[in-house]
Amino acid sequence: MAEYAIELAGINKSFGPVKANRDINLQIKQGTIHGIIGENGAGKSTLMSILYGFYQADSGEISIDGKNTKINSSNDAIALGIGMVHQHFMLVENFTVLENIILGAEDSQLLSGSISKARSELVRLEKEYELNVDPDAIIEELPVGIQQRVEILKALYRGAEILILDEPTGVLTPSEADHLFRILEQLKEQGKTIVLITHKLREIMAVTDEVSVMRQGTIVATRKTDKTSVEELAELMVGRRVLLRVEKGDPNPGEIKLAVQNLTVRDSRGIDMVKNVSLDVRAGEIVGIAGVAGNGQSQLIEAITGIRPAKEGRVLLDGEPIDVTGQADPAMLRKRGLAHVPEDRHHMGLVLAFEEAENSILGYHDDPSYLSGPMLNIEAIRNDARDKIEKYDIRPANCRLKTANFSGGNQQKIVLAREMETDPSVLIVGQPTRGVDVGAIEFIHKRIIEMRDAGKAVLLVSVELDEIRSLADRIIVMFDGKVVGECGPEATEGELGLLMAGVTNDKIEAAE
Amino acid sequence: MIEAFNTIILILDSTVRLSVPLLLACLAGLYSERAGVFDIGLEGKMLAGAFAGAAAASVYGSAWIGLVAAILVSIALSLVHGFASITHRGNQIVSGVAINFIAAGSTIILGQAWFRQGGRTPPLGSDGSRFETINLPFADSINGIPVLGPIYSELLSGHSILVYVAFAAVPLTWWVLFRTRFGLRLRAVGENPAAVDTAGISVVWLRYRAVICCGILCGLAGAYLSVAQNAGFVKDMTAGKGFIALAALIFAKWKPINAMYACLLFGFLDAIAIRFSGIKIPGLFEIPAQFMQALPYILTVILLAGFIGKAIPPKAGGQPYVKER
Amino acid sequence: MAQPYSQLPRWVDYGLIPLINLTVAFLVAGLVVLAVGENPLRAAVLMVEGAFGSGDGIGYTLYYATNFIFTGLAVAVAFHCGLFNIGGEGQAYIGGLGVAVGCLAFDSVFPWWINLPIATLCAAAFGGLWALIPALLQAKRGSHVVITTIMFNFIAASLMVYLLVDVLKPVGQMAVETRPFAEGASLPRLDWMIEAFGFTIRRAPLNITFLLALITSFLVWILIWRTRLGYEIRTMGHSPKAAQYAGINTTKIIVITMMISGGLAGMMALNPVMGAQERLQLDFVTGAGFVGIAVALMGRSHPAGIIPAAILFGMLYQGGAEMSFEMPAITRDMIVIIQGLVILFAGALEHMFRPYISLFFGRIADSSLKAAPATTGEGH
Repeated sequence: MAEYAIELAGINKSFGPVKANRDINLQIKQGTIHGIIGENGAGKSTLMSILYGFYQADSGEISIDGKNTKINSSNDAIALGIGMVHQHFMLVENFTVLENIILGAEDSQLLSGSISKARSELVRLEKEYELNVDPDAIIEELPVGIQQRVEILKALYRGAEILILDEPTGVLTPSEADHLFRILEQLKEQGKTIVLITHKLREIMAVTDEVSVMRQGTIVATRKTDKTSVEELAELMVGRRVLLRVEKGDPNPGEIKLAVQNLTVRDSRGIDMVKNVSLDVRAGEIVGIAGVAGNGQSQLIEAITGIRPAKEGRVLLDGEPIDVTGQADPAMLRKRGLAHVPEDRHHMGLVLAFEEAENSILGYHDDPSYLSGPMLNIEAIRNDARDKIEKYDIRPANCRLKTANFSGGNQQKIVLAREMETDPSVLIVGQPTRGVDVGAIEFIHKRIIEMRDAGKAVLLVSVELDEIRSLADRIIVMFDGKVVGECGPEATEGELGLLMAGVTNDKIEAAE
Repeated sequence: MIEAFNTIILILDSTVRLSVPLLLACLAGLYSERAGVFDIGLEGKMLAGAFAGAAAASVYGSAWIGLVAAILVSIALSLVHGFASITHRGNQIVSGVAINFIAAGSTIILGQAWFRQGGRTPPLGSDGSRFETINLPFADSINGIPVLGPIYSELLSGHSILVYVAFAAVPLTWWVLFRTRFGLRLRAVGENPAAVDTAGISVVWLRYRAVICCGILCGLAGAYLSVAQNAGFVKDMTAGKGFIALAALIFAKWKPINAMYACLLFGFLDAIAIRFSGIKIPGLFEIPAQFMQALPYILTVILLAGFIGKAIPPKAGGQPYVKER
Repeated sequence: MAQPYSQLPRWVDYGLIPLINLTVAFLVAGLVVLAVGENPLRAAVLMVEGAFGSGDGIGYTLYYATNFIFTGLAVAVAFHCGLFNIGGEGQAYIGGLGVAVGCLAFDSVFPWWINLPIATLCAAAFGGLWALIPALLQAKRGSHVVITTIMFNFIAASLMVYLLVDVLKPVGQMAVETRPFAEGASLPRLDWMIEAFGFTIRRAPLNITFLLALITSFLVWILIWRTRLGYEIRTMGHSPKAAQYAGINTTKIIVITMMISGGLAGMMALNPVMGAQERLQLDFVTGAGFVGIAVALMGRSHPAGIIPAAILFGMLYQGGAEMSFEMPAITRDMIVIIQGLVILFAGALEHMFRPYISLFFGRIADSSLKAAPATTGEGH
């Protein structure tokens, strides 16, 4: 067996004018856990997709287990013993676990043989790695942590010796993540090589043996994990000292602007996603909602903003009740001073096919200043858009350009400008910096704090714990649709992590 | 009493005949849509198949050659649909509409150019150029037995081979879909093509195979119309059957056994419409013939409006597959 | 940050690419003509001559184009809302019923300039209402409007046969049609327009609804790009989630859009029923509703594209009729093939040549960038 499981030399990959990977050189030792860290868009996923045969490199050499190889398809990768656990699981949701595992790895034209073989193989793998899964369960009925195990089992069933995990903890609670890391340790002990892609420093420090840092498509450094520090990695990642804390003064909370009382929201499948949630947001404060994605935050926001009717409960805006269980609609709430920067920028906050100016009135298009009778006042709309472009430094400064042609950060600024410039009394912000470049993040954070200082009530939802901790004046943690705790910004990551995993204070005491 | 029974047998018999093209087309659509390729071009493929079938059968004097020609032409149109919607990721509805028009126009133009009979093909005789009815064993001898006799000899016996093929295709399709590797992959690609892609299976080739299956079955449906049920091709002879098959597919929630029931229901409606069209209900009122003709469509709309339950189409249906960056 | 979508010059996007797609469609159609044993070039010449060679030719071409402008607009408006209205055929047919009702009621009461607005309103209302149930089923039940409008085409056909045979046909008359309209429902011809160019016109029923079609095109442009309603329709068409977020009542928008679409399709009936035949006949739509799909796709759902596309199809219909006199092997059904090919190449395969064209223009852009590195890219 060669010393290195994977060797990459001079890998280049471009998508049109975008150079996603530039001259990548990387060596990963057999039987180790190798971390690859970098910001969103640094080229990590592209590199791993090349390794998994999903894309072909424009140039460069790949050696697996010491042998120079070409990986032209996922099939080649699988044959070379490479398995991948994708960020978005590659599972067929209405299939059983077993069907998902044999998909693409069937022995013969008929399924019966493959299924019984897979069943016994699954029992063996489950024993070996403590990966317990009911083979006949339907995927969509399983929690995400278990779904991820199915993905790992899929790779192992195909005889993977190298396992690539792409941002595996994004959807997991801290305790689920810890369980995953134990599984990875076990796999390592069995001699498997593991590549862990993440943008979370904590994970790198916790489980990896070596770490490579990617920035703007290149590998800027590779370190032994025990010879480096969080600070050094963070600096390598962004290329300069990170402002871990956003500059802000003390809050000056005023009266309650937004009150949510006993709100329950049912989704289209008939599942209660938000359960009896109550919270207040005062003028001049930022309340952050922390939690692992998918614990009801999205549905809560959609109910408050009138996009989705609530099942029961009350919401008061400026002390006046709004009919969230029935007739509340986003247009009416906007008129009453509720602004909303949605988490799904591409499909909800913007119409990417529209000109910039058209997006700068989305939701406010019935404002008389943009209309003359039933007609749009094109001149007024464009002038208004030009003002916002200047004020928010949106680039390129062209209000007639298609919105799809703006970068993520500038697209987000278009939304922010639209929602903030109407002088709302309550601002609801979902995932404000997802997919946004570093420069714009600072700008966006500053603007949110300015809104607070101007006496607005701000409700911030983010899955980025750092963002919540640096912006919020109070933090509310949601788990399984419920508010499980509230704390100040001084709470440690550990405390928040426990809450996000649904471990409330009483439960800890009871366990002790 | 006996007369009523005989009437029922007759209606059921024509139900079987009328539902066969629907069933074949419906199963055709099932293969395609289960793989994530919507197909409103069933009508066109059936029509082109019917024309090719009748044309080849009359020229070569063999129903079987007609059948092969029908299938080949129908597959060719399927491949056009695949080329547009799989390879070039075009809009699947638009592509289906295009195929319907191309088939409608070219069957007439070519028919006129080749046979000069106003778009018809020459009538097929009993010289082997048309599928004959098959009499099941003892059909004649037990005809006299009350109830069971007519059911066996009239209803089950006395159809052309393609009728039996169509009904055999139902369990076969079920078996292919749920018991074979191809079926597993086909269902997977209609739900989550990315999962299929990362498992090392070609999404494109899989979907092409699905539309080819669709083409084969549409060809069978067309051949049944022009070489078995009728003795030759008549301009626009599918007359909306492809669309009824599509509605039946939605009804059946994309399941093979349900598809058979849905098609039998529509065939039954059609049989009743033919039997009772313009019949006066004494002392009450007259049901216009046109109402009976429109009834299958009206019922489809009514069923779509309320009684269909939740028909959830394959999740990736209608979406061209693009590798995500 | 690089642009995620390659931007092509507008004239390429809206001019060159549709032109290339169209050319390919006609080349394939030429192969069919060849297969039938005729010379495609001669067929094309005959077609163009038949369509534009005489005053009557031009008159008929524009007469057919009038139908296709209306049905093309109908399909286009629905496209902007993300809806595929295949029901133009049935909506136009029922629109004809509206025209007949209006005309039969008032043809001996009012002059044409009062009867035209009445008939227009009736046609639009009937066509719009025929689209209402599919619209409601889409908006409330999520039943695909493609399927339901197809069903409604068939239902419309049966209904109209019933009404014409059993209700509207005068007793004792053989032909299945209403009584001829009186003088007051007779529309002015546009012969002067053709004659202004030195042609003479005798038979062609080109009438004032052609001008109505042009005005309607302009109004549709205003509606889609300049009104609040149009903004909401386009938002819905591009992203239903964004529409919901913006507080747009999506149910209402689907229903309104489909009714506008159906109304436009219904208005098509004015031209043949009131402008030409001056009575309601069986099957007067003759596929114009479906031609609208091809016209809308070719015209990129923009009135400025729909008008030339409609005239092109008008040319095919008129020229095709003339051509089939000379070439008996090619009946008018040739147009159905061309229609299908246009839908295929301008619709389903619209992006087939795009990568190559992008590449071509990308190279040009690259080299001009190298030549003049200081320019900011606004040039050309």
